[in-house]
Amino acid sequence: MEISSRPEISRAQEVAESWSTDSTYMLFVKIRKCFARNAQGFVLEVEFAAPPGLTILFGPSGAGKSTLLDCLAGLTIPDAGRVAMGKTILFDSTLGLNMPVSRRRVGYVFQDLALFPHLTAEQNIQYGLRHINRQKCQQRCASILRAFRIDHLRQRRPGEISGGERQRVALARALVTDPHLLQLDEPLAALDARTKSHILDDLRAWNQAHRIPILYVTHSREEVFALGERVIVLESGRIVAEGTPHEVMSAPQQETVAQLAGFENIFDAVVVAAHEERGTMTCRLSGSNVEIETPLVRAAVGSMLRVGIRAGDILLATSQPIGLSARNIIPAKLLSLAQRDVLVVGKLDCGVQTEVHLTLAARDSLHLAPGHEVWLVIKTHSCHLMQR
Amino acid sequence: MDWQAFLLTIRLAVLVAAILVLIGLPIAYWITYSRWRWKFLAEAVVALPIVLPPTVVGFYVLVALGPHSPIGRWWEALTGHTLAFTFQGLVIGSLLYSLPFAVQPFAASFATVDPKLIAASATLGASKLRTFFRVILPLSASGLVTGVALSFAHTMGEFGVVLMVGGNIPGVTRTVSIDIYDQVQASNYSSANQTALVLLAISFVVLSAVYALNRRVWTVWPWK
Repeated sequence: MEISSRPEISRAQEVAESWSTDSTYMLFVKIRKCFARNAQGFVLEVEFAAPPGLTILFGPSGAGKSTLLDCLAGLTIPDAGRVAMGKTILFDSTLGLNMPVSRRRVGYVFQDLALFPHLTAEQNIQYGLRHINRQKCQQRCASILRAFRIDHLRQRRPGEISGGERQRVALARALVTDPHLLQLDEPLAALDARTKSHILDDLRAWNQAHRIPILYVTHSREEVFALGERVIVLESGRIVAEGTPHEVMSAPQQETVAQLAGFENIFDAVVVAAHEERGTMTCRLSGSNVEIETPLVRAAVGSMLRVGIRAGDILLATSQPIGLSARNIIPAKLLSLAQRDVLVVGKLDCGVQTEVHLTLAARDSLHLAPGHEVWLVIKTHSCHLMQR
Repeated sequence: MDWQAFLLTIRLAVLVAAILVLIGLPIAYWITYSRWRWKFLAEAVVALPIVLPPTVVGFYVLVALGPHSPIGRWWEALTGHTLAFTFQGLVIGSLLYSLPFAVQPFAASFATVDPKLIAASATLGASKLRTFFRVILPLSASGLVTGVALSFAHTMGEFGVVLMVGGNIPGVTRTVSIDIYDQVQASNYSSANQTALVLLAISFVVLSAVYALNRRVWTVWPWK
């Protein structure tokens, strides 16, 4: 059955063609699934295409990321729509097609890994290799054990090995079956950064040799930047942004994305004046007299916007600075200082409550303490404008 | 002491426990994983023998097996004799009476198997049958042992159903508990005491074995 004959996935198809890759392992998804989870219910409604390589599904918990993966694996049946892997249809509600989970060839690494506790690492890995002969099975198992550097664990049970090792076994178990799609549901959330990057390197190397789409679910923005080829941002069951991590996270168009992308300060603002010739605007923060200069966007004077400023992008000065290129220098009062690991989080009042991140050394050399009068210094381009 | 009654009772209990594994596992599987909305009715039917007096169960089994019921007539046409007051009749009555003691531990232990493991098995290409034998059953071994032991022990000690369905035919339907009852009726207390003591010992040994086995399961898989 030709995908292109179906009009409803034409958009995904177009996107796919623009990548001009082999569409054998191209994932097309357009599904809708309702849950009566609570009084309002929850609706997952998404449409996207994923080419071979890593696609990150990013979003807060409860956004529907795991539900989406369950729908693709066939563990949850969507109410309507279509899931196709190249020319193979996994699910189509109008055709009444629903391929059984066991025939979909979707490798799925669950958040809690779901290793079989009564089987050894080797038996876990061989579990999905029933249909090939014994010798070949041993060979493939041995090579994946080497590729993920877990040779020495083959006789151990999941309860007897460390978290990072379990992660490797789970990955190997999914990959050894030669899946057509790999789904990783926050597989590395519980690991330290070093172990994490080692495992990711191994996974990338594997993906170079096996060009299949990998859907990688995470709610950590560090992972998004570290991994990113493509990112899809999910929020309340819908895709709110899609693109490269840089496009999506550095210049977020929506407040929800901004919060995820780490904007500690998000203010409502009104456009007071636009300076076309300088490429800037003046905005007044709602509930205060503070006016700040921001980059110019397409917005009429008097319209309402939202301004996001990262806490780490704000400078503090103990006296009014002069001779700076920064355009926003705002007097403020320090309300509180709290140490979080090696970071000092300052709360300030400049008419609106603002969060600023400092180093320990900066706090000590400036002798900062609550009650002090200080100045906030913010560059124009540190102010990110978003729709309301 | 009536060793014939003992042998008969053990033969009955072993047979019933073995058959209950064969029919209890599919029933327990269905009860655990079915999403049928009227499933609770089936669960209630399976549990009925726990609350019903054995005489009631025995009475209905007797009626069902008797020459006036379709089952009884079919069996008579097939074999030439009725099921009532035979060893086969006793087996059928005991199966019904002990069914919940097998099905409920099976179902309870199936329910403790993490659904994610079953999902993982499916994504790795395993059929439902393979998932059952490779994942669900090994992980509910303790429930399997408990169910087998309970149905064995429960059949060993039953009285009402046996009396109703089997009567009291030596070597055919005369079980230990009926033997004890007879001894007491005949004021033969020392003989009754001996037999009762042996039954007590067997029950204790069986239950100890169950708990010991289940404990071993724990030490082999300590993270469970």
